[in-house]
Amino acid sequence: MAFASAAVSPLRADGNMRAPDPVVSVDPTAKKSPALAVQARGVSLTFQTADGEVQALSNVDLDVAEGDFVSFIGPSGCGKTTLLRIIADLEQPTAGSIQVNGVTPEQARLQRHYGYIFQAAALYPWRTIERNVALPLEIMGYDAAQRRERVEHYLKLVNLSGFERKFPWQLSGGMQQRASIARALSFEPALLLMDEPFGALDEIVRDHLNEQLLRLWDQTGKTVVFVTHSIPEAVFLSSKIVVMSPRPGRIIDVIACNFPRQRTLEIRETPEFLKIAQRVRAGLRSGHSYDE
Amino acid sequence: MSSISYAARPAAVRWHPLVIRYSPVVVVVVAIVMIWYAAAVLMNLRIVRDQFERDETPYTVAQLIEGTLSAERPLLPAPHQIVETFADDVFGWPVTSPRSLVHHSWVTLSATFLGFLLGATFGIVLAVLIVHARTLQKSLLPWIICSQMVPILAVAPIVIVVLGSIGLRGLLPKAIISAYLCFFPVTIGVVKGLTSPDPMQRDLMRTWSATPAQIFWKLRWPASLPFLFTSLKVSITISLIGAIVAELPTGAQAGIGARLLAGSYYGQTIQIWAALVAASLLAVGLIGLVSFFERWVAQSMGARA
Repeated sequence: MAFASAAVSPLRADGNMRAPDPVVSVDPTAKKSPALAVQARGVSLTFQTADGEVQALSNVDLDVAEGDFVSFIGPSGCGKTTLLRIIADLEQPTAGSIQVNGVTPEQARLQRHYGYIFQAAALYPWRTIERNVALPLEIMGYDAAQRRERVEHYLKLVNLSGFERKFPWQLSGGMQQRASIARALSFEPALLLMDEPFGALDEIVRDHLNEQLLRLWDQTGKTVVFVTHSIPEAVFLSSKIVVMSPRPGRIIDVIACNFPRQRTLEIRETPEFLKIAQRVRAGLRSGHSYDE
Repeated sequence: MSSISYAARPAAVRWHPLVIRYSPVVVVVVAIVMIWYAAAVLMNLRIVRDQFERDETPYTVAQLIEGTLSAERPLLPAPHQIVETFADDVFGWPVTSPRSLVHHSWVTLSATFLGFLLGATFGIVLAVLIVHARTLQKSLLPWIICSQMVPILAVAPIVIVVLGSIGLRGLLPKAIISAYLCFFPVTIGVVKGLTSPDPMQRDLMRTWSATPAQIFWKLRWPASLPFLFTSLKVSITISLIGAIVAELPTGAQAGIGARLLAGSYYGQTIQIWAALVAASLLAVGLIGLVSFFERWVAQSMGARA
């Protein structure tokens, strides 16, 4: 454990981050109380639209522990993306309280606690891949040598070495999304917020990226909050699955999902996997959102 | 080899690529020139016939047609007359001579460049202000649109007189009128360009807590450049027109506008047309110049070849 935490800390340290967790338990199964990356209590969000009020989220309670991989799953309109955007301070809740890494979402954003990855890679088309990955670093005031070092490191991590000078349009969709992950990792935030990052990709590429993402999560020890509408993806990736339902957007089930950290796609054939997938599906069905 | 035999297709006629590329243009040019000659004959017929009848000399149809294509002050000069006069005006005189079209072109061109520079800068600044302040958008935009409805020919003399009374003469007043005409497309294009980044690209900037200046220089400005260049191409020809128009009502001594004016005073239609040819060649050159910069910028910004 001491090794693991030593290996994790340089990736996490960014000056303004917390010190590495001093509580090191010898027995990995022992119950310690890890710090919470996200703590939401009674969070609601009502949008004012031309047709009146729409309740996007209703009374959501959520705990995400540090180092967790949490997936939000649910049909469209269930508020999973909205919840992620609230964590990122891209939306403000109309009721309830939320803390990200122990501070408000706005402070967390200003202190650059998280990296956000969208459905689309949203690379800037006029920048080469390396300059896209360097963009947040430029904004945060890293010097040229640091930028070069980080860009090289993280492009290697997502298997894009050799594509530094390419422009986004010269890369496939999967490669572009990997570049956007490298961009989110480049400033080494403790928390990754991913909004259906592989939704636009075909299944073969998606499987491949899922495996890579797991490896990355395992290596860097980051907390990941992941929005998806794919049941296999959620079960395969997560340590915790949050099942959501629409009208109004709410959490209807939270499922722990403790497969070993170094899992492969083969676990998708195991009975445990199918059992959890079954429970997710049942939860989604009980939200009876598909009758409408 | 397959045992099934296919009937050979008849060999298609293979044209040289240059023929394929340029033949449509050549056909159109030839058609225009032919129509032009026919029109010149018809339009100048009366002048030439009257002349013959006044001189009481007998004439044949061939003489009549020949006369319509070589009249000294035709209603519509024939293309070869324009080319001759143009070549003489350009090459027949030292470039500093007031008879030289090069001299006049340069006078107009310098006002065009200065006006374009002023107008484009003003247009960009206005667009930046409009994008960053909603109140400015509401208060400025109606005036900007109104400014383009005022007939410039009516305003130009006023501008010249007002500026002249505070001691500004020559190049600057013309440049200001040219700038007045050409800033508008730039403003509209750049406003569109600055607001073109999609919500995701803007949200990203927010997640990185970028400052407004960083959002401008690293996202909005580069995103607006393709729009800017499209506008600049429109704008630079307008600024040339503005410079010519500014020379018309002000009794300018030099410039393409002055040349047009003098031509119409003395009925020198061929001279007018030669000046028009010069103006259109300048316009082509100016657009070419902007396109060159556009390609250069696009290449460095990774545009697809």
